[in-house]
Amino acid sequence: MSLSDLQKPGLRAWLLTDTPTSRRHARAASLYQAWLSLKGNHMAMIGLGILVFLVIVAALASVLAPADPFIQDLGLRLTPPIWQADRDPAIPGFILGSDSLGRDILSRLLYGSRITLYIVTLVALMAPIVGLLVGTIAGYTGGWLDIILMRITDIFLAFPRLILALAFVATLGAGIENAVLAISLTAWPPYARIARAETLTIRNSDYIHAVRLQGAGAMRIITKHIWPLCISSLVVRVTLDMAGIILAAAGLGFLGLGAQPPSPEWGAMISEGRRFILDHWWVATMPGLAIFTVSLAFNLLGDGLRDVLDPKDGSQ
Amino acid sequence: MTLAETNQKGRRRSPLFGIAKKTGSTLLTIAVTMLGLLFVTFFIGRVMPVDPVLSIVGERATQEQYHAVFLELGLDKPLITQFFIYLWDVVHGDFGKSLRTGFAVWDDVTRVFPATMELATLGTLLGVFLGVPLGVLAAVKRGTWIDQIARVVALIGYSMPIFWLAILGLMIFYGKLGWVSGPGRVDIFYEDIVPNVTGMILIDSIIAGDWTIFWNAVSHIILPASLLGYYSLAYISRMTRSFMLEQLSEEYITTARVKGMSEWAVVWKHAFGNIKVPLITVIALSYAGLLEGSVLTEIIFSWPGIGKYITISLLSADMNAVMGGTVVVGLVFVLLNIFAELLYKFFDPRAK
Repeated sequence: MSLSDLQKPGLRAWLLTDTPTSRRHARAASLYQAWLSLKGNHMAMIGLGILVFLVIVAALASVLAPADPFIQDLGLRLTPPIWQADRDPAIPGFILGSDSLGRDILSRLLYGSRITLYIVTLVALMAPIVGLLVGTIAGYTGGWLDIILMRITDIFLAFPRLILALAFVATLGAGIENAVLAISLTAWPPYARIARAETLTIRNSDYIHAVRLQGAGAMRIITKHIWPLCISSLVVRVTLDMAGIILAAAGLGFLGLGAQPPSPEWGAMISEGRRFILDHWWVATMPGLAIFTVSLAFNLLGDGLRDVLDPKDGSQ
Repeated sequence: MTLAETNQKGRRRSPLFGIAKKTGSTLLTIAVTMLGLLFVTFFIGRVMPVDPVLSIVGERATQEQYHAVFLELGLDKPLITQFFIYLWDVVHGDFGKSLRTGFAVWDDVTRVFPATMELATLGTLLGVFLGVPLGVLAAVKRGTWIDQIARVVALIGYSMPIFWLAILGLMIFYGKLGWVSGPGRVDIFYEDIVPNVTGMILIDSIIAGDWTIFWNAVSHIILPASLLGYYSLAYISRMTRSFMLEQLSEEYITTARVKGMSEWAVVWKHAFGNIKVPLITVIALSYAGLLEGSVLTEIIFSWPGIGKYITISLLSADMNAVMGGTVVVGLVFVLLNIFAELLYKFFDPRAK
């Protein structure tokens, strides 16, 4: 530690300074300090590690996968994983076993990580942005617009989430994109609530009055002065919600309303393996473990981020 | 400032005025939310790319038959008129007829809802009786291995796909070990024996004094209820812990300790006494969550509850049933939310 300090004192000192010289400098310094305290949180780092691993796996799926995830071999269907005693040692490959159509489960899991990442990224972009828009506009404008927007939010909150998503997918037709839309539609209201609460506390602060006196309009105040302050609490909430989003997507896939076969979506893979669970446990167990690991990683990271970015209710 | 003024004004007029006003605005909130809920469900139901006429008359119907049913369903009227007709019927407790079961949707829903309630209630009870002590213990022993275990237990609960856990649970405890009974509420030859009083088979069998059926029902419900209980435990224990930590850092706790009170009294009488109200809110919300969120559990355990009813109706394009079921679940959810809010208002003097 001290050696590396000596080696490049310039950057570290520049990042840890108490007297930033520019706005970008201050921003970099505060980011670096947040990173340092996140680094001290082992659980969060484990979560981050798993997620980085997931991204790498998804990017390199075609290189890493030992077999084609779609190629069927009915002669080798339901081959047990490599460590099982009842497995015929003459069969090559199939490290995690094969499914009911003789496809390599490991390869399907690796390719499936792409679908999971795709869904999570899209929902993580859509839902918070809609929530941020609705919440800040409602909070800043106040009056009847606030009442109407918040009533709509309440209506969507009152819906049973999975059932609403089910109904939307049934209306729009099954498929990944529609699953993303449906999950986003059910996920935005909490963000709107948070953004509105933040806006209400910021709205009457002196610096907003100051900006307004300088002639800034509502648009400028909301986008340039309120949004940046809502971001950190939204980021925490999004990270904590990721696990829920993954589980919801898997649930839709399990019901046959998400990604369609033969695409290797993890929830759909569980649903396929369900019929063979008693004698061929690995078919449903492996994709479940994958879902569990990823959503656990998001929860670990979210917990850590909350401690760092939102110190008031995390680490006391 | 203004709030205090209005409160004082209200008090000067009559103490009942404030209550009446509050009740009025609460009722208005419920009404508006329900109206919105009905509108969204209705809209989804009508946009569905499924022809409700075809699902009634079948594909071989003649044009005349088709047209007669088309008119009978009121599909020739404008969408907004259809919505008001639907609204009028719903206000009178008429959700239409289920195409799949052939019964009135309202009868179907009142038949399946107790099954869901039974499961959710048992799950919540498990969650409360295990989660609250775990949360309190984790807060008191903050930073020790007990706290870490509580944290891990909760994290796993948040991260586990429930349908997967349910399948594994069935495989292990029903398939391999044979400790519990499989899917359904009771074994098939015990079905429809005890008279239906509450619709909850555990209670009905006690009323009928039929202990064989009672224990059979217990062996069926124990696995799904434990799964739901685990989820509610994860949430309740986390919330309890953070409420308790907040209280334990207050000065009155230090005062009580300095006075020489026993640790037990400090924790349970002083600190815990102050978190009761927010805790009940959390429990009510978690209960509402289980009522609506047990869809996947019900499907895997073929539990004849509302979640399974709505999902199957949805998959067989029975829109009356879906709309009716969703509205009822939404209503229960809204009522529980408002109940939690009211509780907060009435029992927490600071909120007044």
